Amino acid sequence: MNLAELLPLVLLGAVCGLDAVSFPQAMISRPIVAATAAGALAGSAGDGLLIGAVLELIALETLPFGASRYPEWGTASVVGGALFAQQGAHAGALPLAVFAALGAAMVSGSSMVAHRRLIGRAARRARAELENGSRQAIFRLQLGGLVADLIRGGIVTAVLIAVFLPIQRAAVEVWTAPAVISNAIVVGLAAAVAGGIVWNALPAGRRRVRGALIAVGVIAAVLVG
Amino acid sequence: MGAPVVSTATWLATYLRLLAVQGSWNYETMLGNGIGFCAEPALRSLPGGANGRPYREALARNARYFNAHPYLAGVAVGALARAELEGVDPATIERFRAALSSPLGSLGDQLVWASWLPLCSLLSLAVFGLGASPLAVVLVFLLSFNVGHLGLRAWGLAVGFRRGLGVASALSAPVLRRAPLYFARGATALAGFAVPLTLHRAVGGDLSLALYTAAAAFAGALVVGRVARRSQGWRLALAAVALLVLYGVTR
Repeated sequence: MNLAELLPLVLLGAVCGLDAVSFPQAMISRPIVAATAAGALAGSAGDGLLIGAVLELIALETLPFGASRYPEWGTASVVGGALFAQQGAHAGALPLAVFAALGAAMVSGSSMVAHRRLIGRAARRARAELENGSRQAIFRLQLGGLVADLIRGGIVTAVLIAVFLPIQRAAVEVWTAPAVISNAIVVGLAAAVAGGIVWNALPAGRRRVRGALIAVGVIAAVLVG
Repeated sequence: MGAPVVSTATWLATYLRLLAVQGSWNYETMLGNGIGFCAEPALRSLPGGANGRPYREALARNARYFNAHPYLAGVAVGALARAELEGVDPATIERFRAALSSPLGSLGDQLVWASWLPLCSLLSLAVFGLGASPLAVVLVFLLSFNVGHLGLRAWGLAVGFRRGLGVASALSAPVLRRAPLYFARGATALAGFAVPLTLHRAVGGDLSLALYTAAAAFAGALVVGRVARRSQGWRLALAAVALLVLYGVTR
């Protein structure tokens, strides 16, 4: 991957990283969107969509409540989508790209915490100005936070693609497990995570109601599928 | 007393700024600076304008510690801006701020993160499972989610400004209390529909493989459901995929 191919992905990662929390939180940072877009930029929107769907199943679990710490799926999905689109035809590409994306989600989530602490330090330094009602201080803090988040997303995307791409290229060359089986394992894991959160965390009422709703859905899927 | 007049330009400026309300989110003031940033256009109408003392004092008050769901922050921005423009005494405004934070947080978390977002996410997965193109799947998700997202932000700002200190009654409207339950039930039913179809398409359309994978996923969901209280499911997935990768490259 050369610089001309990497740069659009880095920009996408920056924008998706920004969208995750700061602006505009329109959920372009969700895996189903970000990974598809990254896949399209890297040469295969279809591959991007496939890994986006897998990651979206896992991301269903993430409920980004306020001060809680959670994985950052925007940059992670761009990394995963780009990697899978580059190597999609090879056995092992999906497990490797999902592994990279989950690792990226963890790293990026930590970078978000660092970003928030950075803003907190800036807010402490500007406390006197803020208490004095300084419009400039408010704007400086707000715009500084936005720019820092954009840069954070771009750096995380660039570094993680640079780290994982050669690893993935080397790994697919020696991958021995059958592609169909290893892909099915990854998809099954993602579906298990989604199933767990749907059953346990959605406020849908009593168990019997939830069970009945799921059964209705499965029956509909069988009829349609 | 009728609501103070706010121009369309000020409305629009405030609404657009709400999209960036979390731009300076931090563990100290949380959403505070963002609230001040969003309320600023309306506060210019205070006596003396943007250079006057009432403006600076109001801005300082609005930029203090506050927390809320970002999509409902407009309720606070509108209500606080109206209170400032009506000249409500600062102590009352501070008490109101403190009382508003928790309901705006919990309502938004239940309404958006725990129900509306999973509903839209599963809808897009259902569309994926039915074989739609990448563009179609992405558009279904973005359009469905953002109709609710942008509408909620606009409603919040409008009701906050219209009701001012009396905005609490709007937050306890039955439709807001019941919506998370209905959205979550819709998401649960959609999960039963979308996850098997997603799984089927993702494994390449092989029905027998999809059935085996679905059975394993069901068993896995029971495990995830049990351990997720202690450890997050995505971390378990990361560990499991790491083991798979290790096996795949070393076997």
